[in-house]
Amino acid sequence: MASTVTELDRVVIRFAGDSGDGMQLTGDRFTQEAAVFGNDLSTLPNFPAEIRAPQGTIPGVSSFQLHFANYDILTPGDRPDVLVAMNPAALKANLADLPRGATIIVDTHDFTRRNLDKVGYDANPLEDDSLAEFAVHALDLTGLSVEAVKEFGLSRKDAARSKNMFALGLVSWLYGRDVAGSEEHLAAKFAGRPTIRDANVAALRAGWNFGETTETFAVSYVVKPAPVAAGRYRNITGNTALSYGLVAAGELSGLPVLLGAYPITPASDILHELSKHKNFGIATFQAEDEIAAIGAAVGASFAGTLGVTATSGPGVALKSEAMGLAVMTELPLVVVDVQRGGPSTGLPTKTEQSDLLQALHGRNGESPMPVIAAQSPTDCFAAAIEAARIAITYRTPVMLLSDGYLANGSEPWAIPDVAGLPRIEPGFATEPNHDKGDGTTDFWPYLRDVETLARPWAVPGTPGLEHRIGGLEKAGTVETGHGNISYDPDNHDRMVRLRQEKVRRIADSLPPLEVDDPSGEAEVLVIGWGSTYGPIGAACRRVRAAGHRVAQVHLRHLNPFPNDLGEILRRYDRVVCPEMNLGQLSRLLRAEYLVDVRPITTVRGLPFGAEALSADLLAHVTETPEPTA
Amino acid sequence: MTTVDLPAPTLTAKDFSSDQEVRWCPGCGDYAVLKAVQSFLPDLGLRRENIVFVSGIGCSSRFPYYLDTYGMHSIHGRAPSIATGIATAREDLSVWVVTGDGDALSIGGNHLIHALRRNVNMTILLFNNRIYGLTKGQYSPTSEVGKVTKSTPVGSLDHPFNPVSLALGAEATFVARTIDSDRKHLTAVLAAAAAHRGTSLVEIYQNCPIFNDGAFEDLKGPRAAQRLVRLEPGLEVTVDGRTWQHDPTEISPTRQFALSRMDEAEAVPIGVFRQVERPTYDDLTRSQAADAVADRGRGRLQDLLDSGDTWTVPGPSATPDPTDFQEEPCPS
Repeated sequence: MASTVTELDRVVIRFAGDSGDGMQLTGDRFTQEAAVFGNDLSTLPNFPAEIRAPQGTIPGVSSFQLHFANYDILTPGDRPDVLVAMNPAALKANLADLPRGATIIVDTHDFTRRNLDKVGYDANPLEDDSLAEFAVHALDLTGLSVEAVKEFGLSRKDAARSKNMFALGLVSWLYGRDVAGSEEHLAAKFAGRPTIRDANVAALRAGWNFGETTETFAVSYVVKPAPVAAGRYRNITGNTALSYGLVAAGELSGLPVLLGAYPITPASDILHELSKHKNFGIATFQAEDEIAAIGAAVGASFAGTLGVTATSGPGVALKSEAMGLAVMTELPLVVVDVQRGGPSTGLPTKTEQSDLLQALHGRNGESPMPVIAAQSPTDCFAAAIEAARIAITYRTPVMLLSDGYLANGSEPWAIPDVAGLPRIEPGFATEPNHDKGDGTTDFWPYLRDVETLARPWAVPGTPGLEHRIGGLEKAGTVETGHGNISYDPDNHDRMVRLRQEKVRRIADSLPPLEVDDPSGEAEVLVIGWGSTYGPIGAACRRVRAAGHRVAQVHLRHLNPFPNDLGEILRRYDRVVCPEMNLGQLSRLLRAEYLVDVRPITTVRGLPFGAEALSADLLAHVTETPEPTA
Repeated sequence: MTTVDLPAPTLTAKDFSSDQEVRWCPGCGDYAVLKAVQSFLPDLGLRRENIVFVSGIGCSSRFPYYLDTYGMHSIHGRAPSIATGIATAREDLSVWVVTGDGDALSIGGNHLIHALRRNVNMTILLFNNRIYGLTKGQYSPTSEVGKVTKSTPVGSLDHPFNPVSLALGAEATFVARTIDSDRKHLTAVLAAAAAHRGTSLVEIYQNCPIFNDGAFEDLKGPRAAQRLVRLEPGLEVTVDGRTWQHDPTEISPTRQFALSRMDEAEAVPIGVFRQVERPTYDDLTRSQAADAVADRGRGRLQDLLDSGDTWTVPGPSATPDPTDFQEEPCPS
């Protein structure tokens, strides 16, 4: 039957079920449908660290939230307009996040006494009035799916597993989405198992048809495409974009890439992705541990390759000594830290920004390392290229910070034109560089470029440039570049300052910061770094929509800070810094610039919600200054 | 060693000596090994620039500074992992690891066994003096039980590793033992190790005159003949009453392992225990890369970025007005 079609600007949907219910796939497919339709979107997968937590329990709930809109959005959304809950645990775990009036589509099949008991429901919430403030559609999705795939002769268990595709079909109908792309995806995914493929496609179509033919839903919705610049687009996660950025860095520099990695959540997908691209001159080495992973990367860099290692916070802790070696030997190296909740094993599948101080200072000695951060899933691509540019140009290890939210979250990506990407020049040394004064020449591995202070990169196989490097202090200033071991007090003092100065000079290569202040008259500056870019931007929009002025600046470079940062901070009456930690950037800014930066912090394993953050910002924006005595 | 066969200029031991002053203690066994290495490197027919020595931390790990090749003095225990990166990145290099009993078997034990099982193309020289020298005389993982040292005033408690047994257990493809005091044997074993494609492990008994002097004294001079068993292919050996002809190329390591377990008080085999062929990790890595190019062609970045589900927004562009956001105002 034909239902009423209502137009919406934006919708937040959360699919939630047991870890084994296929909610990530369901969310991912709906995301692709929304992306291809032309909506702007942002996603937030949220899953437990356990592969299969006990079935039907709250800890076992896996969810995927998608925010899609007909305009440019910045976050995966605070509160779902629609919750698809596949069991009582999924309902209970997510109910508190729903606004009044939200739609709940719930699979009644698992609402048995036993399952209700597992999550502490005394009464069946579908049968009392506890859900009265929501629009509840209680459907036996499992039963309907089993019925839809009856002809394929699957076991009841296998038949029931197609319920996620039934749910996807139903929600696709509800938002006027074509399921052809998902059918193709299923055909490819289950190409070797035709029965499973056909059953999933049948369940998907049955879900769509159920919406179309029954009167369960009186209204369906349309969210029109978002106006975006012309071009070619795809949806991409942060980990994939970061991997592509590393492939691009290899192509742009003409260097082979060697990734040394040890599997760790949420960084493993970078290893998985890069291992697919061997035809780009990329080697992936799954090492015996985190230390060997970075060791191999350091060795590869010494041999003239771009060495990369990708990990999360606990892995960074193990790699500290080897990073120090790369600082001392001044070899290019990219260390990717996909941050997760800490300390220790912490929250492996949840996001946090609590490794900033570790990235800057987590090594013995004065061990300066450039640190940069990606600000959105798509930005991981450019951030990886920038990390490689700094590493190669300045002969230094670089820490690239991502986090669990960027890693697994996705958004549409305007695919760049490769021809427009910046080249990176490795500038290998090929000739002796030092006149011995007796008519002969030799090679000094620490004879530096006077501008960048970068040392020459002479790779094994280059005749006449044989040299030794190592972790011991060496005489390696601009004047004494032979690099021989030196325990001289004055030399060490010079070398420590020189390594620091080399990193500082990277700031001279950076463009001016862009401050977003539409009014040009804001008194409050909000500063952030990394994945808080979206939530801070959305919160600033809300503050402005309420009639107030606020400025936003976001840092890509955390070490060194951009040259104009101090002047920008001092331009505002108040500076506020939201972070997913206990105030690590605000502490650095206070120390560096003596500016009274005010932290706003959250460590819940989830990104800031725009609504809550805007309320916090508003308090700072509307603050009446204390009268000065 | 490398398969790349380049016409090398005629070099001498002097060409492989760097300008750095050697700073080991007088009488240290490391001098003999350095001399032996410098003297046989010219015979490998390799160009100097294609040789890389990597070391960890410890007395012997200063080795690379004294050789005029490419080299890295790295961090404690990690030399095999760094060498793995070098060998995997470059087919044309001869990669050497210089390490000691503490560096290789204690802090770096994990990297050592994994390098051996992977069979990465590198030659590992394990200087075993059964003591920690650089930290001034603590017992090491090869020290005998009951060793009295600064850290074990009433004797050490832990059972030692036998490096040859360990390497055979890790399925190394080349395992040998030699001794610093026998220059000829040392040179022959190192040359055989260098010629092997894959991970070669050579345990070198090495005297520390300061902290463990005389550890291998019984294996030198006239008394040596009684205990040293100089392994050669075809040598008749008897272990635990069973006799066979030693064959380092035997695929099963069982008898080679039995040799390594001989009671040290009675017999100490030196020479090549095991030398078998197995594809190396780094060659296989390159082979997978070559297959990928053969199957799919050299990757094109633009094609990669354009892959997956894409859609095109036709021009002219409808660029959003940055001030026109449907965001709700914040609660006030």
